[in-house]
Amino acid sequence: MNFEFSDDQKQLRDQARRFLAEKCPPKAVRAVLEGNALYDKALWQGLAEMGFLGVAIPEEFGGTGAGHLELCVIAEEMGRALAPVPFSSTVYLAAEALMLAGSSEQKQKWLPKIASGEAIGTLALFEGTGNPSPQAVKLSAANGVLNGVKKPVADGAIADFAIVAARNGSSGRETDIALYLVDLKAGGVEAKTLANLDPSRNQAELHFKDCKAEPLGAANEGWSILSRVLDRAAVLMAFEQVGGADRALEMGRDYALDRIAFGRPIGSFQAVKHMLADMYVSATLARSNCYYGAWALSTNAGELPEAAATARISATQAFQHCAKNNIQVHGGMGFTWEFDCHLYYRRSNALALGLGSLSYWEDQLIDRMRKKNAA
Amino acid sequence: MNFDDTPQEAAFRAQARKWVDANAPKQFEAELSKASLGRIRLQSGDMVEVGKAWQKKKADGGWACLHWPKQYGGRGATPIERVIWQQEEGIYGKLTQPFQIGEGMCGPTMMAYASEEQKQRYLPKIASGEEIWCQLFSEPSAGSDVAGLRTRAERDGDDWIVNGQKIWTSGAHYSDFGLLITRTDPNVPKHKGLTMFFLDMKSPGVEVKPIKQANGMQEFNEVFFTNVRIPDSQRLGNVGDGWNVSLTTLMNERMSIGSRLATGFPEIFAFCSGLMTDDGPALDDRAVRSKLANWAVKASGLKYTNYRSLSALSRGERPGPENSIGKLVTGTMMQDIASYALDLEGAAGVLTDPATADAAGQFQAMLLSSPSVRIAGGTDEVLRNIIAERVLGLPGDIRVDKDVPFNKIPAKGR
Repeated sequence: MNFEFSDDQKQLRDQARRFLAEKCPPKAVRAVLEGNALYDKALWQGLAEMGFLGVAIPEEFGGTGAGHLELCVIAEEMGRALAPVPFSSTVYLAAEALMLAGSSEQKQKWLPKIASGEAIGTLALFEGTGNPSPQAVKLSAANGVLNGVKKPVADGAIADFAIVAARNGSSGRETDIALYLVDLKAGGVEAKTLANLDPSRNQAELHFKDCKAEPLGAANEGWSILSRVLDRAAVLMAFEQVGGADRALEMGRDYALDRIAFGRPIGSFQAVKHMLADMYVSATLARSNCYYGAWALSTNAGELPEAAATARISATQAFQHCAKNNIQVHGGMGFTWEFDCHLYYRRSNALALGLGSLSYWEDQLIDRMRKKNAA
Repeated sequence: MNFDDTPQEAAFRAQARKWVDANAPKQFEAELSKASLGRIRLQSGDMVEVGKAWQKKKADGGWACLHWPKQYGGRGATPIERVIWQQEEGIYGKLTQPFQIGEGMCGPTMMAYASEEQKQRYLPKIASGEEIWCQLFSEPSAGSDVAGLRTRAERDGDDWIVNGQKIWTSGAHYSDFGLLITRTDPNVPKHKGLTMFFLDMKSPGVEVKPIKQANGMQEFNEVFFTNVRIPDSQRLGNVGDGWNVSLTTLMNERMSIGSRLATGFPEIFAFCSGLMTDDGPALDDRAVRSKLANWAVKASGLKYTNYRSLSALSRGERPGPENSIGKLVTGTMMQDIASYALDLEGAAGVLTDPATADAAGQFQAMLLSSPSVRIAGGTDEVLRNIIAERVLGLPGDIRVDKDVPFNKIPAKGR
């Protein structure tokens, strides 16, 4: 039994933590949150130089080729630091979609640019209210051009290219959905930033008007590719969420030790201790489920769909629980703009929605368990 | 990252599997497999007698109390080997229930504090199951606050005379010996006036009475001591040092690693999978799915938390604190699962006879027994304190009785 990251992977995690502690303190997060920039360009370039953007990208495409377990430990640190950069959109979604379904030309064109920090990518899936579903995709693909609107698109206003889910048939089946790769700087797409819960990350609306697009993967396999991309991203995002949950728990613990009320540290009151103990329980369950997801992702195990949904649900709950109660431990100060509690609260709630919300993943998990049971 | 055994672990597992396969009492396989929740009842044999036979066979084959030194009846195995053994022993491990307190708590305490002669006399018989031990700590007015115990031991020449009452003693009615903590000095603060002994449960003045529990079953006892005479040679540790000795006992209660905690999830998932409602299969119902998914990720989180601890053991490291969450999660979870299953059963949920009740009455039994999971072996509140203090480093509770002589601490509320 070796259900643990290797010493090298732990060293990489420490290296990422040190790097982010220096380059991504809360004031860097606030600079984006308060509208000074759409993302932290210097940090993004630094991540590229550290090799973090291409950690799961093979060497032949400009990455370090280390692998997905390495990406998991970096993701955790990105979450802990609330990095205000398009990491999840570019690395978990766009790069994973390219690696799963891209032609060698497409990989050759975009993956090295992702690794070097020259290109930001994203996935354009949602069209307003609702969770991922083939029926919800209305944006049309015909004669090699796309027409329609995607929103919200994470990092849509800063992305250089997008993987777009589009409808190219009317059979009513999921095979109507195809994926396209769109160079967002080549015209035909208009991006508009949208106000969102967590302004330290960009959310945008993308208008496609007779926009030229090249297919990504086989035309009738769009939805099945997308499902696999979402599963992979769910594991990676879960690590980000667990990183955030752990940090929120630490903040609460530290404040409970420092803050004196009624003549004693508030962390000596059972009401506060027990709240923090429950946060630890959530974070621990989520971390263990994430390890399961990491194992499934890195070995391409048949369990990946179930493991991904499990990790995603558990990590979403843990981050929301810890971020919410971190504010509670802080009392009134936790509700000020000045304290960092709200940064975690915002991020926890934004990440809970981005890949499909909790109820979507609950459905996925039960469907998958049911299928396994029937088999 | 993988779930595989190392070559040495695989070799050990193969050896254990072969032995279990050749020696296990397979006539009880079906009954033991069915007993998934709660305690074991054998229809076809006396639980303690069947257990004793299995334990003796294991001891003779070198498979009892694996982590104990060989000279005391163990195998000198590593922690991970012990876990692998438990996995391979599988359902037959349920037969070891009467011996767990001896193996996990009394034995290690004897190893740390008894004389060499006593160790050689008592430990091999704990290992072989020929003598069963119980632990006499809790009292009616000393539960979570066990250091507030009142059972008195007074010196009388070379003996001690014990008077008082213990409660919640598992297996006292079939135990041969007991580990007993007493108060020897009520004039000093509570932790300082305690002394540990072991005694023969057949000693004159020891009376064991079963407790009828809220769920109607009888698994624990009250034990009364009336002028019970214990030789001073059966004292463990110094006079007044009983609290430290008891910590050795409790720290050895690390049995949970490797043994899968019952969560109730497989049962509720199976139940819902077969359940039809007016609107179709229950598994199509959004509300049912949400509940199940939430329990699924908890059960999975516990399973993989356990795997993380096993990985630490496999590397020869001490497991981290993560395993301390297990019982805290399962107690509430089983209560919630039981109530939800009954809710789905509707009016019929009130019926309990396994022959006629829905799902063979298992959720009714779970409902009635699960409150004890949140209390026995550390209440939810004590467990949260432990996590908060030992894992998160928060301050201990303020103890108003810490420096007060025991006999000056108020004994009653209003």
